[in-house]
Amino acid sequence: MTAPVKALMDQLARLGRSGVGVLEHLGRAHLLLLSILGGLGDLVRRPRLLLIQLFSVGVLSALIVAVSGTFVGMVLGLQGYYILSQFGAEQTLGVMVAASLVRELGPVVAALLFAGRAGSALTAEIGLMKATEQLSGLEMMAVDPIKRILTPRFAAGIISMPLLAAMFSALGVMGGYFVGVGLLGVDDGAFWSQMQAKIDTYDDVLNGVIKSLVFGLVCTWIALFQGYDADPTSVGVSRATTRTVVHSSLAVLGLDFILTALMFGE
Amino acid sequence: MNHGRTIEILVGAFMAAGFVALFFLSMKVSNLSASGTGSGYEIEARFDNIGSLKVRAPVTMAGVRIGRVSAINFDAQTFEAVVILRIESGYEDAIPDDTFAKIFTAGLLGEQYVGLDAGGSQNFLKEGDKISLTQSALVLEEIIGQFLFSKAEEGAARE
Amino acid sequence: MGTEKNLVTIKGLHYSRGDKVIFDGVDIEIPRGGITAIMGPSGTGKTTLLKLIGGQLRPAAGTIHVDGEDVHRLSSSELYKLRIKMGMLFQTGALLTDISVFDNVAYPLREHTNLPESMIRKLVLLKLEAVGLRGVWKQMPNQLSGGMARRVALARAIALDPMMIMYDEPFTGQDPISMGVLIELIRALNDASGLTSVIVSHDVEETASIADLVYVIANGRVVECGGSKEILGSSNAWTRQFMRGLADGPVPFHQDAPPLVEDLLGGGQ
Repeated sequence: MTAPVKALMDQLARLGRSGVGVLEHLGRAHLLLLSILGGLGDLVRRPRLLLIQLFSVGVLSALIVAVSGTFVGMVLGLQGYYILSQFGAEQTLGVMVAASLVRELGPVVAALLFAGRAGSALTAEIGLMKATEQLSGLEMMAVDPIKRILTPRFAAGIISMPLLAAMFSALGVMGGYFVGVGLLGVDDGAFWSQMQAKIDTYDDVLNGVIKSLVFGLVCTWIALFQGYDADPTSVGVSRATTRTVVHSSLAVLGLDFILTALMFGE
Repeated sequence: MNHGRTIEILVGAFMAAGFVALFFLSMKVSNLSASGTGSGYEIEARFDNIGSLKVRAPVTMAGVRIGRVSAINFDAQTFEAVVILRIESGYEDAIPDDTFAKIFTAGLLGEQYVGLDAGGSQNFLKEGDKISLTQSALVLEEIIGQFLFSKAEEGAARE
Repeated sequence: MGTEKNLVTIKGLHYSRGDKVIFDGVDIEIPRGGITAIMGPSGTGKTTLLKLIGGQLRPAAGTIHVDGEDVHRLSSSELYKLRIKMGMLFQTGALLTDISVFDNVAYPLREHTNLPESMIRKLVLLKLEAVGLRGVWKQMPNQLSGGMARRVALARAIALDPMMIMYDEPFTGQDPISMGVLIELIRALNDASGLTSVIVSHDVEETASIADLVYVIANGRVVECGGSKEILGSSNAWTRQFMRGLADGPVPFHQDAPPLVEDLLGGGQ
């Protein structure tokens, strides 16, 4: 083989290797998801484990989600008012604020905050448990660490996410109301009635909830997989934590596009 | 108070706050009570042209929303648009059978909706009945076309 | 089943991690009721060996029988049942850091038994008493010193009265006093409850002082096997170097590398 052909073959081999690597990675992630789901039956008998995880995954993320939601709603109220008042349509401010929150910003921003707040913490926790042999230790105590450690966290993530997104949206609408009606003088009745007329419970609110369920699943799954698959060293855990935030954010934004196209496209 | 109990209370509060938010979104932000799809009854109206009427567009009577458009089909035999209107429960025996259905536009650029003008008949429409009196949507291009045509005719007549 | 002389029988064990061969045909027999030490320098896969025995890793070839059962032929539920009979003391202790010392020791009891809480409390306190740390039951693992954490982990490992305990480098990084305490404990636990103990370690003196049987492994094979006195007085060059801690011998001071001159002139290519 001549040198250029060999170099080309080397490149091809490298490409192939990384392709196989990615597939292997995805395969491991799916196997882990299966094992996690397999533990759900066990979880029913130990609700206490779920409760504790709902606390650290849900309750501890609630404050940042609530504060961000309020501010995002207030900004929407302000920006929306400036633009809509140019067309004399400030009556529809409520629609604009609520539609953008319920359909998009609620699920998406809450999921991004969740990935940064709870997802990174989950990865670091699991990664360190692996590094300090706690997971091995459980295995040697004849306790399945996936069932006992990962599954409750997974369930807590999926339960928390829609609730967090709903809080985000609801407080956002209140923030928009405060700025629009309270500060800028939009009519109180028009704000709510226009909103109620244009926002649909099934098309908008329910679809938002479905989106956030999907985001909750994906973010928690990524976080747990990264932690469980992390190199058991300090560098490994720190890299895995970064990867969790990056992968979750990209996954949320990409999935949001797909889900939006499926739900709201005609 | 011990630690375990604090966690229980906080998780309880969190779940409650989440459900309150969901309730707020469905009752106050959108209107769950007014958008029930299963209840009420359906009537049919046929239009020559529905413009840009969409499924879920409001159906109003005297300006009050009493239902929504639940389906729009095309009848290949008569070349008409078949619009199914779902009237919410509570409006039984409220639509006389000589009611006139029109497609209106809310505001200059707004959404299109179906407006019903009540007739004087004592017979009321039931599930599956048809509204025979309809008026198509106003299509902007047609109006402009008619306007130009009549102007041209005027000009021709003057010469 | 379960009456053979040897509790653990390893035959023709092969295992490699990536391209690196860790075990290349290892045969080890661990008799019941004694303390067996497996010694070798760092990087010879001693921890890997324990994980293979515990069924956490799969060998490329060879079999491992524990109490008459082929560890790697068991279904996962059977494997979990077998693990209840094995205790393992990890190098770091591997205590769960989010629950207290008491809950850590109670963990296997709560998982695998339906004992009432009052009974669990008594058992936990007894196990902690056995390692001399009954006083710290309220503390969190991060409040303990390394040696204490290891003793708590030991209490947890014996909570279910296993038939065997595997110690992974129990003496590393201990001060002389806690080292002495651990040696004493391992011996006492072994003799008092008829346990079988397996110690992997590179701490020659301490390990040799309590082991009934010593295996020396190097380069993926068993180099020598015998009582601790025999091993200490061995004429095998390799064993001598390891047991006496000589800098040079069959294991060269320099790891395999290209000649120094080449590396220096080559600019680190």
